[in-house]
Amino acid sequence: MSSLRDARKPKGPDAPPAKDLRGARYWRSLEEWADTPEFRRFVEREFPENASQWADPVGRRRFLKLMGASLAMAGVGACTVQPPERIIPYVKQPEEIVPGKPLYYATAMPQWGIGQGLLVESHMGRPTKIEGNPDHPASLGASNHFSQASILGLYDPDRSDVIRRAGRIDTWDNFLAELASALEVEAGRGGRGLRLLTGTITSPSLAAQIEELLTLYPGSKHHQWEPLNRDNVLEGAKLVFGRPVETRYRFDRAKVIVSLDSDFLAWGPASVRHARDFAGARRSEDGEMSRLYVVEPTPSLTGGVADHRLALESHRVEAVARRLAANLGIEGGAASVESAEQWIAGAVADLQRHRGDSLVVAGDGQPPIVHALAHAINHRLGNVGSTVEYTRPLGARPVNQTESLGSLVDDMRSGGVDLLVILDGNPVYDAPVDFDFAAALQSVKLRIHLSQSEDETSQGCHWHIPGAHFLESWGDVRAFDGTVSIIQPLIRPLYGGRSSHELLGALLGRPGLTAEQAVRDHWAAQMGPDSEKQWRKSVHDGVVAGTAFPPLTPQLDEAALRAEAGSTTSPSGMEVLFRGDPCVADGRYANNGWLQELPKPLTKLTWDNAALISPAMARELSLENGDVVRLSHGERGVEAPIWVLPGQAARSVTVHLGSGHRRAGRVAEGVGFDAYPLRESDKLWNAAGIQIEKTGQRRFLACTQNHHLIETGLASQQAHDRHLVRETEIEEYRSNPEVIHEMGHEFPEEMTLYPPHEYPGHAWGMVIDLGACTGCNACVVACQSENNIPVVGKQMVEMGREMHWIRIDRYFEGDLDDPRYVHQPMICQHCENAPCEVVCPVAATSHSAEGLNEMTYNRCVGTRYCSNNCPYKVRRFNFLLYQDWDTPSLKLMRNPDVTVRSRGVMEKCTFCVQRINAARIVARNEDRKIEDGEIVTACEAACPSQAITFGDINDSASRVARLKADKLNYGILNELNTRPRTTYLARLKNSNPELADG
Amino acid sequence: MASRPELEKPPVIEPGHTYATVTDKISSIVLGRHTPISWFIGFAISFTLFMVMMYAITYTLVVGTGVWGINIPVGWGFAIINFVWWIGIGHAGTLISAILLLLRQDWRTSINRFAEAMTLFAVACAGIFPLLHTGRPWLAYWLLPYPNTMGMWPQFRSPLVWDVFAVSTYGTVSLLFWYVGLIPDLATLRDRSKRKAAQIIYGIGAMGWRGSAIHWHRYETAYLLLAGLATPLVVSVHTVVSFDFAVSLIPGWHTTIFPPYFVAGAIYSGFAMVMTLAIPIRKIYGLEDFITMRHLRNMAKIILATGLIVAYGYTMETFMAWYSGSLFESFMLENRMTGPYWMMYWALIVCNVITPQFLWFRRVRNSVVTLFVISLIVNVGMWLERYVIVVTSLHRDFLPSSWGMYAGTFWDWAIYVGTLGMFLSLLFLFVRVLPMISIFEMRTLIPGEKKDGGH
Amino acid sequence: MSGQLPLYGLLAEFENPEELLSAVRRAREAGFRKMDAFTPLPVHGLAEEMGFRGRKLPIIVLLGGLAGMIGGYGLQYWVSVIEYPLNIGGRPMHSWPAFVPITFETTILLAALATVLGLLALNGLPMPYHPVFNVRRFKLATRNRFFLCLEAVDPRFDREATREFLLGLNARGVYEVES
Repeated sequence: MSSLRDARKPKGPDAPPAKDLRGARYWRSLEEWADTPEFRRFVEREFPENASQWADPVGRRRFLKLMGASLAMAGVGACTVQPPERIIPYVKQPEEIVPGKPLYYATAMPQWGIGQGLLVESHMGRPTKIEGNPDHPASLGASNHFSQASILGLYDPDRSDVIRRAGRIDTWDNFLAELASALEVEAGRGGRGLRLLTGTITSPSLAAQIEELLTLYPGSKHHQWEPLNRDNVLEGAKLVFGRPVETRYRFDRAKVIVSLDSDFLAWGPASVRHARDFAGARRSEDGEMSRLYVVEPTPSLTGGVADHRLALESHRVEAVARRLAANLGIEGGAASVESAEQWIAGAVADLQRHRGDSLVVAGDGQPPIVHALAHAINHRLGNVGSTVEYTRPLGARPVNQTESLGSLVDDMRSGGVDLLVILDGNPVYDAPVDFDFAAALQSVKLRIHLSQSEDETSQGCHWHIPGAHFLESWGDVRAFDGTVSIIQPLIRPLYGGRSSHELLGALLGRPGLTAEQAVRDHWAAQMGPDSEKQWRKSVHDGVVAGTAFPPLTPQLDEAALRAEAGSTTSPSGMEVLFRGDPCVADGRYANNGWLQELPKPLTKLTWDNAALISPAMARELSLENGDVVRLSHGERGVEAPIWVLPGQAARSVTVHLGSGHRRAGRVAEGVGFDAYPLRESDKLWNAAGIQIEKTGQRRFLACTQNHHLIETGLASQQAHDRHLVRETEIEEYRSNPEVIHEMGHEFPEEMTLYPPHEYPGHAWGMVIDLGACTGCNACVVACQSENNIPVVGKQMVEMGREMHWIRIDRYFEGDLDDPRYVHQPMICQHCENAPCEVVCPVAATSHSAEGLNEMTYNRCVGTRYCSNNCPYKVRRFNFLLYQDWDTPSLKLMRNPDVTVRSRGVMEKCTFCVQRINAARIVARNEDRKIEDGEIVTACEAACPSQAITFGDINDSASRVARLKADKLNYGILNELNTRPRTTYLARLKNSNPELADG
Repeated sequence: MASRPELEKPPVIEPGHTYATVTDKISSIVLGRHTPISWFIGFAISFTLFMVMMYAITYTLVVGTGVWGINIPVGWGFAIINFVWWIGIGHAGTLISAILLLLRQDWRTSINRFAEAMTLFAVACAGIFPLLHTGRPWLAYWLLPYPNTMGMWPQFRSPLVWDVFAVSTYGTVSLLFWYVGLIPDLATLRDRSKRKAAQIIYGIGAMGWRGSAIHWHRYETAYLLLAGLATPLVVSVHTVVSFDFAVSLIPGWHTTIFPPYFVAGAIYSGFAMVMTLAIPIRKIYGLEDFITMRHLRNMAKIILATGLIVAYGYTMETFMAWYSGSLFESFMLENRMTGPYWMMYWALIVCNVITPQFLWFRRVRNSVVTLFVISLIVNVGMWLERYVIVVTSLHRDFLPSSWGMYAGTFWDWAIYVGTLGMFLSLLFLFVRVLPMISIFEMRTLIPGEKKDGGH
Repeated sequence: MSGQLPLYGLLAEFENPEELLSAVRRAREAGFRKMDAFTPLPVHGLAEEMGFRGRKLPIIVLLGGLAGMIGGYGLQYWVSVIEYPLNIGGRPMHSWPAFVPITFETTILLAALATVLGLLALNGLPMPYHPVFNVRRFKLATRNRFFLCLEAVDPRFDREATREFLLGLNARGVYEVES
């Protein structure tokens, strides 16, 4: 295990010899070492300077070496050891680990407290790849870019590896001592001064522990805060149902869907499931195709696939909702909404035609009343029970989190808080600005913060306790439908992190309590007799059977709507929208290089967030991409570079939260701007009446597509003329199935001198369904993780050197002020007549017997001729030494089945050849042919909407062969006679004939 | 052309010269103790630039090709532009010595030696780039066909391998041609020099040449044969270089007209460079007797003629883009003319198409200064042409999603300017230590004394 | 003849090619065969006068060219079809059009090499020493003087008579060439 040896190898002169690094001595030596000025200096370092260091391997190596040093000690002896507790492989496997043979374990990723079921691939005890868990309702085998990237989060060299008190390294025992004395005081007065701040808690075992704490200290309080909370959802439900209920949507059953600013395909605990269900209902073959109406202030992935999208300022969405309700005969209606009437009429007509199988869904960013109206409409249309189901709230202790945090801040200000324990979360960074959390925090006597890396909040607390990653510790979590998953760790904490269970254990006076005990004891009680058997099954499957919430039938009270009526006032001026960043969410993933470099689906920006404005506003204020503006609201303001985004509502400015960290790790710091200083507790999602003024400065934004071409529609126009993306109305397709083929030119076979090559045996091919693809990026990160693709940094992206093997091409259709978005995943097309191979002087890229276009890395001299001659430009070149050869933790992370490429060689999509070969070996051992579906490429596995299908096109029974026979199937640039093995299914639109425009 | 008086009248060598004077005049430049101060200044400057190149190359090798401006989609940049540019310049020499020899254009005699040397040095400069531009230059030798441990061979369908053969063949043959031409003059220097060291060195070079009639006979046969071989070769070299582009499928590269128009362009730039260098040198060393106005005028005419062929090439490209009806082709051309690099394109048209038109006027052809300026402009224009071909074709090809921009970095420029330094340094050394004009061939031009034929 | 150094031949110096040419003609008429002429520039007809027919070199060059052509194409065929056949972009193993450029280049290369090597070989170069170099005036052979050397091995050669004979051809000087 070379990686283990490397991990132990001391890096740099500063590091003490590894053999000394044992137990207590290791702590001491690390303390000594970590106090060296050099260590301090590089910890203080900011990323932008490093941008140049990415370009210069020498400099880059230096700080990685330093990082490696601390790591060699942190992870010593534990790097690749599985936890001592019994964990259970997902599939039948030999008793002991077979080297080179991965094991799969079921677990779950908590995000905003809600679970996403996962299978984790583990090589020799090292988790290396995330897959979705087919048995998990929120996954069904798929995953998203957040869960895919969580593997890098686990090995992130910037995670904190020591307990600190006031910034100085300290020990767990000292912590326990200080905590005990503080608790003694609290015990004396019923815990009046004790406060616990967490995110949303769905974990039954954790909830139980918290209950226990609250009963032990009756005076103490539990507060919850998520910057992207779902208060509106619960408040909206309260409004009409009188109590908080969770709404569960069945997009697979809905034939007409109206989204009121809801990005249900990309956001929220069920987005992966929604994408699957929605895509299923869009496929033409199964009878009627569903139709989607979206009204939204800023383009979203959901809006991108809408049949009828209406761009409207956020505060006007309520008016639209009221209008819809009124036209459906619900009281509390409103005046007409100019420029939306036609859309509304169409939607209403469709909804009425589809009573029982239609669906109206409101977005988290919309005020409670909009949710209430949505509930009313769904009731009126009789959708409840078919496309809409109600359950009890997911949170174990549902509260209005904004109020919850507010009351905590008040208590802190009034000096009523003596002991505050923060489990995860980063309130100093992401609390509403008017709370001024950081200041209030200072008046707490003892502040304890548990988090995976030292962030802004850690700095404001006395104690920083390194947190455990979900792949490192036991736990449990509920999915969107209430189903519980047991979280089982795949590796012992790399950096000695502690779980929330352990810390709560300490609070409860049971410092020895391990997370495993806490979780097991809880479930032993729940499962009763034969709990052992159930436990094993639950851990094995990744779901606890029968824990899904049963549907409720709450009574709807339309009167409440009347009470709310007339409260619709449409403020003038411009509004700013606060949205989670598509890549770093609310900031929790800011130090994840994969996510930072992931092109945001619509803007294609990397390493930066920007203030998104409409082309109209850009014209009006004569702004260009990169112009820095000052967004101010009252006396508060932030400076942000602007980016013109077609489809943005004319008077709305969108800012993405989660960037501009002051302290979060080398990757995150200084990237983008921080939008939180503009976000107030009563305007969490949008604030009207903001000012924009030009500062005159400019900031270069690293965009991976069509630099300087967004404003002019040139690129999209050309794409359209070249028939790259083909789409048509379902009606037109039904009347003339050949319509897609008629769009492009085919290459006349007789025009070529050479006979086509024969491919007996397997012939691998892929089909990508443009109708299903939402552009969500899950495949991009899955590919990056599976194929050891490096991160290159902003500077390199600016130069056009990003390394992603999958490029999701984004084009606009139609008018730039209100366009439709099309996403086209572009990977190596594995052309049978590959132009790249013919020009390679050293035969470094050639064709396999099964038709794969293969790169031989160690034969490549790097002339880049192949890339020049690739009409799809899907090849990527290691212009510099991009791959990190030094950081031990990253070595642990890599997929051992895939070569780690060095400087100066070309690389590209391989159709996951390592997976093909793995399947071939199994098949050969069992003396059979490889079956269809046995080989699943990383992108195919991750795709939430099942847009990607891979298989043997020689096997006429295979899914891929059947799809290629489909009339919707077409190849890109066929006229060049490249004979691509990757083809696309044209996208079908299902516009309402009553609405003339698209 | 023969009817034009200016061709007939002025001889290719001013009257009053004898075997002796020709020999002494030219050999004294090399053997004479006195070196003009201008030589030292020029050499110092060019050698400094040469060192800049060495530094930039070292940096590139240490850090990686990433220090250049290249990216995806523009995988080729300065390196290939400069390669093609230098190779083009390297065409004049062999062309003058070979083709004009076969055409019995005896005015070539006084410039061929020097043009051949220029060819060699230009090819040397060109050769640097293909090696250096690879991602792993230390493995560039994998392009050579040799039985290696991996059992792997080059991929002979790739134009880059054709390049390897074409350029190395061209370099070798040019060297042979040049050296064979030097042998008798080396003998002269051996016999004329007073210093022992010089006698030995030139003696080795002369290989014991003693001007035997039999040797002369074989010598001339060989020289003609070499010329006969070099002529198709010189045409083939730039044809093969143009295949790098023509064989690909990128709009703006995939063009059947490339071979002829690259060759014409090569001759065009080659002669421009000869002129750029000949004009100052004949001034400094007072060689107006040997490199006469007639030489300059003839070269000007060749520049004009090839310039017109190149212009025709541009026109046909445009016409084809429209006539083919191919969306990709027409967009490519539109993008060249009006896209982000429109200035490059129009600058190249001005340099390569407009400027040479002045050569229609005799007054221009007779003015050394204007000829010098025009030759400089043509050199710039040809570099721009390669820039436009390489960059504008790549930066926006088939899929708009992959479009990008390209700009050379400091290191790109350092290496480019550096090769100019290397080229001039070699040239300065050449004029100092070797006869820059073929002495024995000049002897054959002595009027009256001249024997039937010459050759 | 005893007591004198062995003689390679006698070297006659002339002003210009015409004199040399006529001298050669006369020497041939006089029956001399073993002779050689040295000139600073190629003088046409001179070699022929001395009865030289140069036919070898062109044949050598032709053979070189053929070797290059066969070798070049053969290498490509052998590598791409026999030794290491690869499916390159779906092209046939023997995609002959792509093999033409290299075949052409190798043809030229070997022909050129054959030319130069042939030239040197036939001329017996490099030849660091030759008796005629012993004559001081011979230096002018690479400047502006023309020399005729009648060699001692010739049966008609006689030191005195031949000297007279040469002076009769109005040579500017006649020098003894020691071997």
